Amino acid sequence: MRNNPANIASAVLTYGFVGLMAFLSIFPFIWMAFGATNSSIDIIKGRLLPGEALATNIANFFTLVNVPLVFWNSAKVTIFATVLTLAVSSLAGYGFEIFRSRHRERLYRAMLLTLMIPFAALMIPLFIMMGKMDLINTHIAVVLPTIGSAFIVFYFRQCTKAFPSELRDAAKVDGLKEWQIFLYIYVPVMRSTYAAAFIIVFMTAWNNYLWPLIVLQSNETKTITLVISSLASAYYPDYGVVMVGTILATLPTLTVFFFMQRQFVQGMLGSVK
Amino acid sequence: MALARRGGIGRYYDVNGWLFVAPALGLIALFMVYPIVWSLWMSFQSGRGMMMKFAGFSNIVRLWNDPVFIKALTNTMTYFVVQVPIMILLALILASLLNNPRLVGRAFFRTAIFLPCVTSLVAYSVLFKGMFAFGGIVNSTLQAIGIIASPIPWQTHPFWAKALVIIAITWRWTGYNMIFYLAALQNIDRSIYEVARIDGVPAWARFTHITIPLLKPVILFTTVISTIGTLQLFDEVYNLTEGKGGPSNATLTLSLYIYNLTFRFMPNFGYAATVSYVIVVLVALLAFLQFFLARERDR
Repeated sequence: MRNNPANIASAVLTYGFVGLMAFLSIFPFIWMAFGATNSSIDIIKGRLLPGEALATNIANFFTLVNVPLVFWNSAKVTIFATVLTLAVSSLAGYGFEIFRSRHRERLYRAMLLTLMIPFAALMIPLFIMMGKMDLINTHIAVVLPTIGSAFIVFYFRQCTKAFPSELRDAAKVDGLKEWQIFLYIYVPVMRSTYAAAFIIVFMTAWNNYLWPLIVLQSNETKTITLVISSLASAYYPDYGVVMVGTILATLPTLTVFFFMQRQFVQGMLGSVK
Repeated sequence: MALARRGGIGRYYDVNGWLFVAPALGLIALFMVYPIVWSLWMSFQSGRGMMMKFAGFSNIVRLWNDPVFIKALTNTMTYFVVQVPIMILLALILASLLNNPRLVGRAFFRTAIFLPCVTSLVAYSVLFKGMFAFGGIVNSTLQAIGIIASPIPWQTHPFWAKALVIIAITWRWTGYNMIFYLAALQNIDRSIYEVARIDGVPAWARFTHITIPLLKPVILFTTVISTIGTLQLFDEVYNLTEGKGGPSNATLTLSLYIYNLTFRFMPNFGYAATVSYVIVVLVALLAFLQFFLARERDR
């Protein structure tokens, strides 16, 4: 019964469709990998074979771009954004869930409304604010507005619902102060929540573009996304160099994805439970 | 109890509660709430740079007579109306196909289709710009398999330039949406599908009559997320078109126009803030509409 023509046709269709979609999803990565080994002209012509230009492309990339500095800039922004966002948001998510009060519940709901605010409506005031604080062209200006994240607070609060209250009670009997309970019990117990939230914030910070584009104006402060964008928008972009840059920029997120796939998906799904 | 409320426990709870939430609330107030109120105020002002004076509704009148704004608005709505349904439908179909435990290699397919999500918006836009070059790999492949006779002007023709933006966004976000649907499908009892299959309900009817109704809350959620995202589209268009939104504004989005008004042309913060409030209003309206429609259909 399973091998009748209709079943075979539907299997062929299913595998054909899913296979095609998987191929199309992966293809740009393959193209990028081959691209890094080819000259710019060959890349634009669509050559899909390994070439001999890899060393030249890498060398050109390193002459055009101060690679250690650019990566240091990106790393700095990402590390500060990640650590501070996780700290501030987990404190708030814990606080909203454990210590409930009518006023805070209202503020929490108001906070969730900020999720709908488009960044375009914030960028002009934020830019003027940073100018007044004399922070234009600093990494502080990049990180500062991203730390308070309603979404991550929401995520932590949702996950805190699963935090066993017996642990808190036991800790209180043992005489721990509130900040100690948070630091020594909540944080270790919620490791996987932190891992998932880490991935969301890490991805956003590492890939952030529009705000750094506005705030970082000198070559000394630019992050990797800004550098790739400006390399590719040159009048005659050297695609070999661009490919090398794109690979290097994607490598950190790709690594995190492959080593923490489960938490990655968890993080993406956020709090839709 | 009365004692607890006056001093003891109630107060203790309050002080601690506020201490925990204060940093996040303070930052959100300072960098989200204060700026959004400020830009509303700004939208009633006009002038170059920091020299602004009250201008009443003149910015809103100017919107009406600004062909570039109308163009950016139409483009943004076109992306939204065309791209979001295509992507959501594609993600739903993929999720229901990959939800079948008998499908060989589903873990591989799932990972592959999700992979675009790890790229930065800038990186993939740059890749797409190269792949869709006039003599590039996409055109030459399409020509080789005989789908097109002559190369498609992906970056110089208004229609195809928009199509390229839509293709690119769909590539980047379909897997993301699919993951939500797959997670939701895991909570559906598979025996429903088995029973329907044995009763002779065809695959397409199982999809429209079982999968879609059961996934409605998730579909609503992803639609709202995609709406907010599409209305704010910036990185892709900026990097596919060297920041111009070309050819001749055919791909210009509202966010890109605001950026240009503020940082590229003679800065007019007041007018740019007015354009940004168009996005605020659109996001609020569309989110409300989607929730409203979902609730209506529930009855």
